[in-house]
Amino acid sequence: MTDTAMKPATGLRGRRFVTPVLALLGIALLIAAPFFGIYPVFLMKLLCFALFACAFNLMLGFVGLLSFGHAAFFGMAAYVTGHAVKAWELNTVLGIGAGTAVAGVMGLVFGAIAIRQKGVYFAMITLALAQMVYFFCLQVPFTHGEDGIQGIPRGTVFGLFDLRDTLTMYYFVAAVFLVGIFVIYRTVHSPFGQALKGIRENEARMISLGYPVALLKVLAFTMSAALTGLAGSTKAIVFQTATLTDVNWHMSGEVVLMTLIGGMGTIFGPVVGAGVIIALQNYLATIGSWVTVVMGTIFVICVLTFRRGIVGEILARWPKKG
Amino acid sequence: MRLHRLALASSALVAFGTVLAGAAQAEISDDAVKIGVLNDRSGLYADLSGEGSVVAARMAVEDFGGTVNGKAIEVLSADHQNKPDVGSNIARQWIDQDGVDVIVDVPTSSVALAVQQVTSEKDTAFLDSGAATTALTNDQCAPTFVHWTYDTYALSVGTGKAVVDEGGKSWFFLTADYAFGHQLEKDTAAVVEANGGTVVGSVNHPLSSSDFSSFLLQAQASGADVIGLANAGGDTTNAIKQANSFGIVQGGQKLAALLGFITDVDALGLDVAQGLTLTTGFYWDRNEDTRKFADRFAEKMNGQKPTMVQAGVYSAVMHYLKAVEEIDDDGGKAAVDQMKKMPINDFFAEDGTIREDGRMVHDMYLVQVKKPGDSAGKWDYYEIVKTIPGSEAFLPIEKSSCSLAKK
Repeated sequence: MTDTAMKPATGLRGRRFVTPVLALLGIALLIAAPFFGIYPVFLMKLLCFALFACAFNLMLGFVGLLSFGHAAFFGMAAYVTGHAVKAWELNTVLGIGAGTAVAGVMGLVFGAIAIRQKGVYFAMITLALAQMVYFFCLQVPFTHGEDGIQGIPRGTVFGLFDLRDTLTMYYFVAAVFLVGIFVIYRTVHSPFGQALKGIRENEARMISLGYPVALLKVLAFTMSAALTGLAGSTKAIVFQTATLTDVNWHMSGEVVLMTLIGGMGTIFGPVVGAGVIIALQNYLATIGSWVTVVMGTIFVICVLTFRRGIVGEILARWPKKG
Repeated sequence: MRLHRLALASSALVAFGTVLAGAAQAEISDDAVKIGVLNDRSGLYADLSGEGSVVAARMAVEDFGGTVNGKAIEVLSADHQNKPDVGSNIARQWIDQDGVDVIVDVPTSSVALAVQQVTSEKDTAFLDSGAATTALTNDQCAPTFVHWTYDTYALSVGTGKAVVDEGGKSWFFLTADYAFGHQLEKDTAAVVEANGGTVVGSVNHPLSSSDFSSFLLQAQASGADVIGLANAGGDTTNAIKQANSFGIVQGGQKLAALLGFITDVDALGLDVAQGLTLTTGFYWDRNEDTRKFADRFAEKMNGQKPTMVQAGVYSAVMHYLKAVEEIDDDGGKAAVDQMKKMPINDFFAEDGTIREDGRMVHDMYLVQVKKPGDSAGKWDYYEIVKTIPGSEAFLPIEKSSCSLAKK
């Protein structure tokens, strides 16, 4: 990845006011959305993928490493959650926790292996590891091969809220999403996040300044994987299925697409990107094979005309005060 | 939606007295019967289901007369992209927002199983023609579900028994190394041995292989009469192509595809596919009725003849509409219960019946792919070797693990 490809949103200081206002507006929208006639299941799917894209963006946008294996965390977490909730009859929240934890541990291992390389080699190693996970999921009995885990019960949140109700489920997903975004937001704006951006801009200098670069990268990778796992686990509960689609490398590609279209290196870019892609998949489902053509065209247009992505472009043109 | 309807029904009750109440309980919702054709329209199953299935569903609606008991019939379609989450999302949305009453086709086992969850939860009929897994009528069966055209058991076991009867005594399996492949091999091997055949060996190949040479050489060296391809899709076609390069069929060994469609044969070409044995639920050139349907279908589909999946969609939709007309109700379980009471007689099935577990039982056909010289042209591909009666073709209901079958 070259530097020009990822001009991040700099100069956050001028927008100090804007951020909390936007955040509140976003939360209000999130709460009100099901009442505007938008289909709640669709919204839940969107939120899961938005969180997935944001977690992925933590690596690509803020550390500058393109992972091509994030589907492994997404899918594996879905399987673990599905199995935990269905076969072990764990509470839904604990199931999601288990999925997230497994994804985090996998992230730690993957990160420790892959972080030694950069650029395309890093992408290839993550892809190779993810393929290993894919074939593992294809073979082991608990994933039920091609059929996947079906009919995962939605359960309750510690017996308090019944998730079988669509609206309750929606607010649960929205809460998970907000927690995820908040964690990412805090991370990016912490000294740790600043160090990550430093690594992205000039790794050699960070090393010379005495930062434990490798450790920071592994930590970021683990976090990104765990949050991806959180998204995957939540999705498994929403759709009550966990299947090979989630671990397939197509999924890794899709999340790259979402991040790039939305704007990498921005907090909300991936959310917008996920929205665009998921909405296209959903509302264009009736036109058949044209879906892929339309998505390809949008991607090409995006890369050719607004390389910073939708949100990246808006931020870059935002009038800066002070 | 349903609550809303109930509220409407009860207010009608108050307003018009008890006479109308009886009618309000069983009725066609939203004053229309909506049929949702959900399948793969852009990926690897687009040829065998896809637009063809939608055309078949429309033909059924047309032939039925366009209305049922005065209520309009609509056909919707969507692409599930072979993704279970996309499929179940569309199914939910169709049922919740568009008032879809029946979902048909749905190839790809994982998607079908996901849709099964939604339709059984929401009391919507689900008539599957495209998916292969037997789980739909076993562990995961539902009272709102009918599996119309085929399943892995019918294809593999049908082929296994018939080929042994035809003299293919010793078998060698080429198996895709995952649960589906192993299941296919196990089912078929059991039938081969039960009918006096022997399994001389088997070899596992990774999923989505491009190079079958070492596996095929082992199969060739085994000297088995029959090489059973316990795999699907691209793996099957690749294996057949490469078997052709090795001259396996010309060398006297038979190839048996345990999961194959006429569109696969069309894609391979007769030069490559000749001599291949497989089981199908429908062949367009079987009799006068099938030819008549196929010709009408081909007119709308640029000359393509219907696959068994597409023919099955027509048959399923037609039978569903007849059932709905009979009871004047499009609730999922009610319609499927009525479908189970009526025999199916059309070009697709003779005296077909739907069992308690949702399996539609009809005759299957063992076919052999023609030599290029014997074929009159495009789509003239199969020689029907044998009719497998429905009672032998499908998993016996005593062995079904479906909870509905145990009553």
